[in-house]
Amino acid sequence: MSQVKNILLVGVGGQGTILASKILSEGLMAAGYDVKMSEIHGMSQRGGNVSTQIRFGEKVYSPIIGKGEADVIVAFEKMEALRWLGYLRQGGRMVINDFEIPSVPILMGAAEYPEGILEELASRADTAVFPAGEIADELGNEKAMNVVLLGALVAVLGLPGIDWEQLIRANVKPAFLELNLKAFRRGQEQVG
Amino acid sequence: MKQLMTGNEAIARGAYEAGLVFASAYPGTPSTEILENLGALYKDELYAEWAPNEKVAMESAAGASIAGVRALAAMKHVGVNVAADPLFTMVYTGVTGGLVLVSADDPGMHSSQNEQDNRNYATASRILMLEPSDSGEAREYAKMAFELSERFNTPVMLRVTTRLCHSKGIVEPGEREERPHIPYKKQITKYVATPANAKVLRRQLEERLRDMEEYSNETALNRAEYNGEEIGVISAGVAYQYAKEVFGPEASYLKIGMSYPMPMKLVKEFAGRVKKLYVVEEMDPYMENQIRRAGISCIGKELIPAFGELDTDVVRKAVFGTETECLTSEKEAVARPPAMCAGCPHRGFFYVLSKKKNVMITGDIGCYTLGAAPPLGALDTTICMGASISGAHGAARAFGKAGADTRVVAVIGDSTFFHSGVTSLMNVAYNGSNAVSVILDNRITGMTGHQENPGTGFTLMGDPAPEVDIPALCRALGIKGENIHTVNPLDLGETDRALDEALLKDEPSVIIAKWPCALKRFTREDRENFDLSPKKCSIDQEKCRKCRLCSKTGCPAIYSGETVEINRASCTGCGVCRQVCPFDAITLEQEAGK
Repeated sequence: MSQVKNILLVGVGGQGTILASKILSEGLMAAGYDVKMSEIHGMSQRGGNVSTQIRFGEKVYSPIIGKGEADVIVAFEKMEALRWLGYLRQGGRMVINDFEIPSVPILMGAAEYPEGILEELASRADTAVFPAGEIADELGNEKAMNVVLLGALVAVLGLPGIDWEQLIRANVKPAFLELNLKAFRRGQEQVG
Repeated sequence: MKQLMTGNEAIARGAYEAGLVFASAYPGTPSTEILENLGALYKDELYAEWAPNEKVAMESAAGASIAGVRALAAMKHVGVNVAADPLFTMVYTGVTGGLVLVSADDPGMHSSQNEQDNRNYATASRILMLEPSDSGEAREYAKMAFELSERFNTPVMLRVTTRLCHSKGIVEPGEREERPHIPYKKQITKYVATPANAKVLRRQLEERLRDMEEYSNETALNRAEYNGEEIGVISAGVAYQYAKEVFGPEASYLKIGMSYPMPMKLVKEFAGRVKKLYVVEEMDPYMENQIRRAGISCIGKELIPAFGELDTDVVRKAVFGTETECLTSEKEAVARPPAMCAGCPHRGFFYVLSKKKNVMITGDIGCYTLGAAPPLGALDTTICMGASISGAHGAARAFGKAGADTRVVAVIGDSTFFHSGVTSLMNVAYNGSNAVSVILDNRITGMTGHQENPGTGFTLMGDPAPEVDIPALCRALGIKGENIHTVNPLDLGETDRALDEALLKDEPSVIIAKWPCALKRFTREDRENFDLSPKKCSIDQEKCRKCRLCSKTGCPAIYSGETVEINRASCTGCGVCRQVCPFDAITLEQEAGK
């Protein structure tokens, strides 16, 4: 089972994790991999955390992974990166959006947003951190942060021969195409 | 062409390919997208509708089957409880056109109030059951379910779980096979389940069960994969996928796709060819109990958890005691519980209700269940669909008899009221308790993602429909006209007065809190009937004394840190915080240019 790659996308409802994982899994399928993708929704639109798991390889059985099994985690929000750290494989990579969304207990003043998350994660795992929200905002719309992160993920995975731009074209409205293509390219530049 | 589909999309596809003509459902996670897909993708060839509840969905599908077409009803696990009445008898009568019930269970309770294992319904009702293990099989089994239904003259239960419903896998779609309508024939002895007929049908069911079991032993739906003889694993559904990964290619597998009736001959044969036999199944020991009863020893629930969701990690740890080493941190992420959205019309109502003293609040199933969460904490019970009003009635009678002066307020959403609150309210009126029934009418079925219902004016397929007139319905049920008030729940004063008035009366009363869901795509009617023009609230920091009362409304747009601020992007300008502020520090402005 060692050839199967596991990717975990985590964030907060409304951040666009689902579109990013859709484009990714369609690209992987087009490249001839067996792909399974699993998401939990239901209450996510109401401010809860969301997670999508994508597994690909020659043959994939389980649609979900267990702790310590993700090769790459893409965290659309910092605190979610911390929450899901336990799912990262030893030696795995974490792509983190330097972006905060306080949860309800924090909003109410009942808890504080943890400080020093990025330093903490960097001391425990191989992290790539950049402000995808700011980058998308510069390009014209903060909401395109999901495609910035997708660009970074694709660069981390290093899968040649997949026409990502064509897939983006097929999945976003024409009015937002240029923005998203730029966002994708900027994302790719963010990781070394 | 190959496509990535969720289990729900694949079920819709398979049913479509099988020549499905009639489909009905009540929305419920994780089953909702089956009907959404049928209605959106295949509406030229078939008919799909939302029913007010699962019993209606099941009975309508049964009627369509009797009339001679292939029919389907889909629901979440607890929906089958509601539909169980027609289900048990339809197994006796059998079918004309293929009849399929999709039961979508929710192990681990991702969005449910319990995690009942609906495979037990198969044993109890004796309905033929299929369990696909991925999207490809979901399409294939959905298609086969209709064939088996007609072949064995029985409804078929396609039993799936959240992980299957909401996971995508590769599916190779086929063509739709149009089925000729089966000419209608009156069959009194088959379809009129009087005791005399039912006794005959019950005997016939035994014969059918024998044929079904024979088929279960022969069909490719149940297949043995012989590898090594040390370990054998019997598994079904998505658990089979976990087992394949945990036990690996050396183990042998008996993959069960048709799990009622169980293929006991096949099981015996398989058990005889392996040294150690495991049964890997999620939730109840459904297969294990049958295997043990047949005198076959196996390892099952003594190792594998009998509740909660399984995954590879859980199964590996249970069977081999090994755990993957994982990264840890001393820092902890703060919980991110779901909350009522900014601008949610329920917030204003719950804020006012939470201030009432000596009141028991019976809740129901929907977004407003979140009214129980802090800081509002404005719910005392949530049991099942409709239980708010019936429960309030019983509690009101009990408090009255016990001489306690506690009053009871029931809160229920519009869709849930249509689902099973109407008969409950009829009971409040008929048996005359002083329960206050509040219908939170946000003009849509909210929690499951905005499905139409009998109050919205539209059908699943987008056609205009008559709207239930809730006040008129309440009057017809026997609630006095002067005891029915419609309020804007975002107007705290109006809401407060209506509640106080209702609580003063010693007779049944109804409050309809009417305002559209903040996430809803507003219709023309919504814009005509409600002021939905874009507005924003903001806090004047000069006037703010940081009393933080506004944050006690639990609005996720309000950030209570060193200063108290409103996030402009998420604020909808509902104005609830502004009414709560004692220092007049919150302003509400019309957003220009939108």
